[in-house]
Amino acid sequence: MLAMDYRGPYRVRVEEKPMPKIEHPRDAIVKVTRSCICGSDLHLYHGMVPDTRVGQTFGHEFCGIVEEVGSAVENLKAGDHVLVPFNIACGQCHFCKQGLFGNCHESNPQATAVAGIYGYSHTAGGYDGGQAEYVRVPYADFGPQIVPDWMDPDDAVLLTDVVPTGYQAAEMGGIQKGDTVLVLGAGPVGLLAARSAWLFGAGRVIVVDHVDYRLEFARTYCPAEVYNYKELDDLVVFMKKTTDGLGVDVAIDAVGGDAKGNFLQTLFGNKLKLEAGNAIPLHWAINSVKKGGVVSIVGVYGPTGNMVPMGNVVNKGLTIRANQAAVKRHLPKLIEHVKEGRLNPKGIITHKVPLEDIADAYHMFSAKLDGCIKPVLVPSH
Amino acid sequence: MLEQQRTDIASARTPIDPRSVIGWGVDADPANDPTYPYRDRSKDEGLTKDWQRPAQQGSDVEILQSIEHIRRPAVFGTSTPPSGLSGMIRRLAFRWSESNWIHWLLLMGADRINVVEGIGQDLARAKVPNIPGEMGAKAEWEHNKKGLATKIAVTAGIGLVAYMLFSRRGSDEPKPRVVKLSSGQE
Repeated sequence: MLAMDYRGPYRVRVEEKPMPKIEHPRDAIVKVTRSCICGSDLHLYHGMVPDTRVGQTFGHEFCGIVEEVGSAVENLKAGDHVLVPFNIACGQCHFCKQGLFGNCHESNPQATAVAGIYGYSHTAGGYDGGQAEYVRVPYADFGPQIVPDWMDPDDAVLLTDVVPTGYQAAEMGGIQKGDTVLVLGAGPVGLLAARSAWLFGAGRVIVVDHVDYRLEFARTYCPAEVYNYKELDDLVVFMKKTTDGLGVDVAIDAVGGDAKGNFLQTLFGNKLKLEAGNAIPLHWAINSVKKGGVVSIVGVYGPTGNMVPMGNVVNKGLTIRANQAAVKRHLPKLIEHVKEGRLNPKGIITHKVPLEDIADAYHMFSAKLDGCIKPVLVPSH
Repeated sequence: MLEQQRTDIASARTPIDPRSVIGWGVDADPANDPTYPYRDRSKDEGLTKDWQRPAQQGSDVEILQSIEHIRRPAVFGTSTPPSGLSGMIRRLAFRWSESNWIHWLLLMGADRINVVEGIGQDLARAKVPNIPGEMGAKAEWEHNKKGLATKIAVTAGIGLVAYMLFSRRGSDEPKPRVVKLSSGQE
């Protein structure tokens, strides 16, 4: 089968690889029909995530047709169209029982801090991912969701990560009616976080980025007030001024370690990799939110450490909430939102690319070429 | 004296019965739950490892395991097992916990060595990697010709400067002098 093959930072290609096999009674093999490149895949692509091995196949946002199931899988059968949450969750461990499906304790030997994630380095379990024609899906009797007949596959594939992550970012903000919400990052997750903020009753939604075409997209898609931080002398001062000197109620970091915007953070985090990524979004979030406010973090950082102003967190009495999205928990509500037209996931797809052209798709997304917001890979089979 | 110290240490490590603490629980407030709604604490059965575990996956593939785990998780990925020099470094890294920076720095170092190993594996299979293609040169050509031209010019410039420096250094090296010896010196 054809599958993406990581060769090193900024280098990927498609290779002929062996078909995945059932390795556990609760496994399934899924024939991939759609697979996205996620913004967090770019952290791997840029060589920022430790234990990313040459030869691995990335891809944690995919949907497809069940090809084969293990002996313990009774709720799925060959031919079912499923969307597969990016978290590999057993559904029965200490954490899964409490709904923390992004924190399963039975899917990742290499680390305890994060659950297994498809195609996301060995730090997230060493699984091959869905940027391929076929993929092994563990705990298939728990994770995958059958796609409703009425749902467009382009919507379905975005319910595997980007929509639930954006939604949970807003949920963790504890947004109350009328709140002012700042979303840092106008990438796919930032767009969905901003859109979701309205569902929770936000009174004002502000999106900040440095890429004009993405801000223009956010202005109409979310919709939101948009600002390019490069045009502001000081983002934090601007946020204070635009909120009567107080600061925003909720700040959402939807960027993570690949951020731009500060020389020292870029040097230490992105270039020298002495930090777990560039933490300027956290700085801005902590300093832009009002006293007693909430910072919600879904941006992905590495496992080491970051330079952030913890003193301000204490002095301002902030609440910080963060997690990998528990996709499974959100799906019933999100499917309803799509059905009722409250969310339009496929509206963010800008490029559909054959799997064979994966190197160009990664570069286009990484370098923000051709107005790229969300590329979807389509295997030709 | 030593016996008394041992007794004190033993008692200091004995769990305290909460009901023996004056005022225990009088201010407990179930509504004070910052994890709502993403954690259902009603399903928290306390600190126990005795949940009903999934069947354990078997495998012949070498799996490295965090020393923070008390047992192997039931399922795991079997992609790209550790191999070569990078694999040796990865095995070494797993002697330290996830909270130790050296664990991650060693893994990052192994990742970089692994890239060189990958090129070696390609060449060993008589495959010359198309590195510009792997880096998305086609997309760059289609959507950012100016950027591509700049990159080529910068790369060529650096190459030219490096070549000139190398050539110059070569020409500065003292050449062996040929001294004709007169017949009387022989």
